[in-house]
Amino acid sequence: MAKVTIDGIEVEVPDGTTILNAARKIGGELVPPAMCYYTNLKDSGGKCRVCLVKVAQGSTKDPRPMPKLVASCRTPVMDGMVVQSKSSPEVLEARKAVVEFLLINHPLDCPICDQAGECDLQNLAYEHGAAATRYEEDRRTFEKIDIGDKIKLHMTRCILCYRCTFVADQLTNNRVHGVMSRGDKSEISTYIKESIDNDFSGNMIDVCPVGALTDKTFRFKSRVWFTNPLDAHRDCPKCSGKVILWTKGDDVLRVSARKDKYGEVTEYICNECRFEHKKMSDWTVDGPRHIEHNSVISQNHYERTDLLKLKKEIERQIEFERGAELPPEPSPKLTN
Amino acid sequence: MGKKFLLEHVNVPGIETLPVYQSKGGYASVEKALKTMTPDQLIEEVKFSDLRGRGGAGFPTGLKWSFMDRKSDKPRYLVVNADESEPGTFKDRYLMEKLPHLLIEGMIVSCFALGAKSGYIYIRGEYMYIVRILEKAIDEAYQAGLLGKNILGTDFSLDLYVHPGAGAYICGEETALLESLEGKRGNPRLKPPFPAIAGLYACPTVVNNVESIAAVPTIINITADKYNDVGIGKSSGTKLISASGHINKPGIYEIELGLPVEEFIYSDEYCGGIWKGRKLKAVVAGGSSVPILPANLILKTAKGEPRLMTYESLADGGFVSGTMLGSGGFIVMDETACIVRNLWTFARFYHHESCGQCSPCREGTGWMEKVLHRIEHGHGHMEDIDLLVSVAKKIEGNTICPLGDAAAWPVASAIRHFREEFEYHVKYPEKVKDPKHFEKEPFVSEGMLVNG
Repeated sequence: MAKVTIDGIEVEVPDGTTILNAARKIGGELVPPAMCYYTNLKDSGGKCRVCLVKVAQGSTKDPRPMPKLVASCRTPVMDGMVVQSKSSPEVLEARKAVVEFLLINHPLDCPICDQAGECDLQNLAYEHGAAATRYEEDRRTFEKIDIGDKIKLHMTRCILCYRCTFVADQLTNNRVHGVMSRGDKSEISTYIKESIDNDFSGNMIDVCPVGALTDKTFRFKSRVWFTNPLDAHRDCPKCSGKVILWTKGDDVLRVSARKDKYGEVTEYICNECRFEHKKMSDWTVDGPRHIEHNSVISQNHYERTDLLKLKKEIERQIEFERGAELPPEPSPKLTN
Repeated sequence: MGKKFLLEHVNVPGIETLPVYQSKGGYASVEKALKTMTPDQLIEEVKFSDLRGRGGAGFPTGLKWSFMDRKSDKPRYLVVNADESEPGTFKDRYLMEKLPHLLIEGMIVSCFALGAKSGYIYIRGEYMYIVRILEKAIDEAYQAGLLGKNILGTDFSLDLYVHPGAGAYICGEETALLESLEGKRGNPRLKPPFPAIAGLYACPTVVNNVESIAAVPTIINITADKYNDVGIGKSSGTKLISASGHINKPGIYEIELGLPVEEFIYSDEYCGGIWKGRKLKAVVAGGSSVPILPANLILKTAKGEPRLMTYESLADGGFVSGTMLGSGGFIVMDETACIVRNLWTFARFYHHESCGQCSPCREGTGWMEKVLHRIEHGHGHMEDIDLLVSVAKKIEGNTICPLGDAAAWPVASAIRHFREEFEYHVKYPEKVKDPKHFEKEPFVSEGMLVNG
C-alpha cells in the first residue's frame, strides 16, 4: 500500500495504482479530467494530456519533485508522493493550454451535435477553456463517413483519444479501423473498403468522449436533455443485457451501456441490444437512471423528480382508498 | 590536428572491407573484451570513460547500460539507433557508409557487455544504400566467425540484423523506434517502463546511437583513462560534427570535445570561416531541435568566456543565453539569412513529423507553422510574435516525447534573440514578400553580427 497526498488530502491505495485512480478514490473537484483514459481499456491514457498533474514530492525515499508535469492516468503513485492537481496554477494553465489545442480544430457545433449535453470536451472547455479563440487559421475538416451500417464518423469532431480503436482491439475480434496519417492530419478511418460490423462495435460510440462517433439510429432524434434515462435489462445470450434506455414518452430513442460516475462503461453491450430493441416491451425497466457525470441531465435530477412524483402518487392513492378527499395536484396555476 | 578516434582510418582505400579493416587493427577490442574481460568490467569501463550518448540527449552511456535489467530471464537486446533524421545532422550516415565494421565491432563488444544475443540496427529508410553496405559487412563478419555461434571460440553468440524504417523522424525517438521495430505504427511509448526494463518485445533493451556504439572499441582498446584524457571534464572523447550552412567547408568533422566554437568556425582545419567573407549572424549548434544563438552568444558564454564545443559550455546560461550540443548538427547562418524563414522551415518539418498522438504537439506544431508562414510572407500581425511564444510555452514539457520540445525551443529562442527581425517582417510586409529579402538588404539587430 502507498500513501499519497493529493491537494492536501491523504489517501492510501494499493501499489501500482495510478495518480488518477488515487484521486478518484478521494473524489470531488481534485479528480483530474480524463479524455483518453478509460479504466476498462488496457493501455489507454497518456495521450490527451488533460490529466496532467504536478508531483511536488516523488516519494518518501526520494522527495525530489518530478521535473515536468506528468499524465496522472499513467503515472503510478509512490509511497509518500505529494501531488498537486487543482491546487497548482501550473497544472490549471497546462489544462487550459490543452483545451485550447483541442478546440482549435474541434468545431463548436454543439447546437447540432448529438453528444451535446454529455460531451467531455464541452465540460472541459467550460471548466478550463477561454471565452475567445486566438486561432485564426483555416480549420481542418473531413467529410462525414459511415463506418458500418450503424455508426457515423464525424472525424472533424474527433480529438484522437484512440478509445474506439482500443475497444475494437480489445473487445471485438476483428479490428478494421485505426489511425491513419500523422500529426494534425491524423484521422480515424477504416482500412480501405472495410466497414465495422462486428457484434460489439457499438461500444465505440459510448467510449467516444466527443460527438465524433454517433449512433445512426439516434442521430438528430432528440436532444439528450429532452430524454428520460431508465435502467433496464433483458435476457441476452451475448452480453449482460444491462442498459440505459433513453426514452421520450413511451418511445425508446436510444439504448446505451451503463456508465459509472466518471462516464466509463461498466459492462459492454452487444449491438443487438443497442440497435435492434427499441420497444419498451423488449425490456424490463429497473427504474430511473441516476446520471452523475458529465451530462446535462445530472443538472436537472429527473430521476429525483420522478421518484418524488411516484411517492406523491402512491400517497394520493392510499389516501383515496381510505376514502379521503384528494387534495388538488400542485400547479403553478393554483392561487390562494 | 585534433585526435581522431572514429575517423582515423576513414581515408584508407577499402576500409569498408573486413581484411583492410582488420589490417588497421579492426576487431582488436572484440578479442580483448571477449577473452580477457567480464561484462561487468566492460560496463564499468564505459562508465569511467564518461562517454555520453551522441544522438542528442547526451545521457551517460555506461550509466544507461547499468540500468539494464540483468536479473530478468527474458532475452536482452541492443538496438542501434541509426534513424538519423534531425535536420542538419548527417554524421551517422558517413560513419556507417565508410566504416561499417567499426559499428559492428562496437555492437559485438556492447552486446557482450549487456548479455544480448541479438542486436538490431534500425536505420533510416532513405539510407537504403547504406543498408546494403552494412549487410555486406555483416556477412563478412559471419564468415570470419566474428558473428554467429561461439564467436572467436568463446561461449558468446550473437546475431545482428539491419532493419530499415519507413522514413519518419519520430522513429528516432527510442520508444517510437521500438514500436516501429515491432512492426507497429511509430508512436512513442509512455515512460515508465523504460526500455532497460521493458523495451523491444517487452524485454530489457538498450537503445544507443551509432556514434556512441562506434566509440566503444576505442574505449576498450586504449582504456577509459586514456579516452577520458581527451576532452574536458564530463565531455570526454571526440565528437562528430556535421557542419552545414554559410561556411567555406561544410562537411563532417571529428573534433576533440573542448574545441573553442570560434576555432571550429574559422580555422582552416574545420569550417574555414564564413563564405564570401560575410559576417556570422547565428548558429544552430546541435541540430534543428536546439535553441538558435546569435553570433555574439555562440562565441562567448553567459560568463563571457570563450564558448567551447562541449555539452556543458554550450548549455551555459541555460536557454536564455545557451543551447545544446545535441546531435552535433552545426548549422551556420551569415548576415543574409532570414531567421524567420529558417524558423518557418524548421516549423514545417516538425509539423509534418509530429506523430499526432498527443494533443499539444499534434495541434501546436501546426499552429506555429501557420503563424510563421503568415509572418514570413508578409501577412503577420504584431500580436503574432507573442502568440508564437505563448504557443511554444504551452507545448513545451506537456507532450509524451521530446518532439514537442524540439518544435518549441527553436521558436522561443529565435524570438528571444531576434525579435526585431520578426517585427521587421510585420512592419515591412512588402519587402519580405520577396523570398530573397535579406540577401538583398541584410537586416540585423545591433551587435548581433561578428566578423571573422
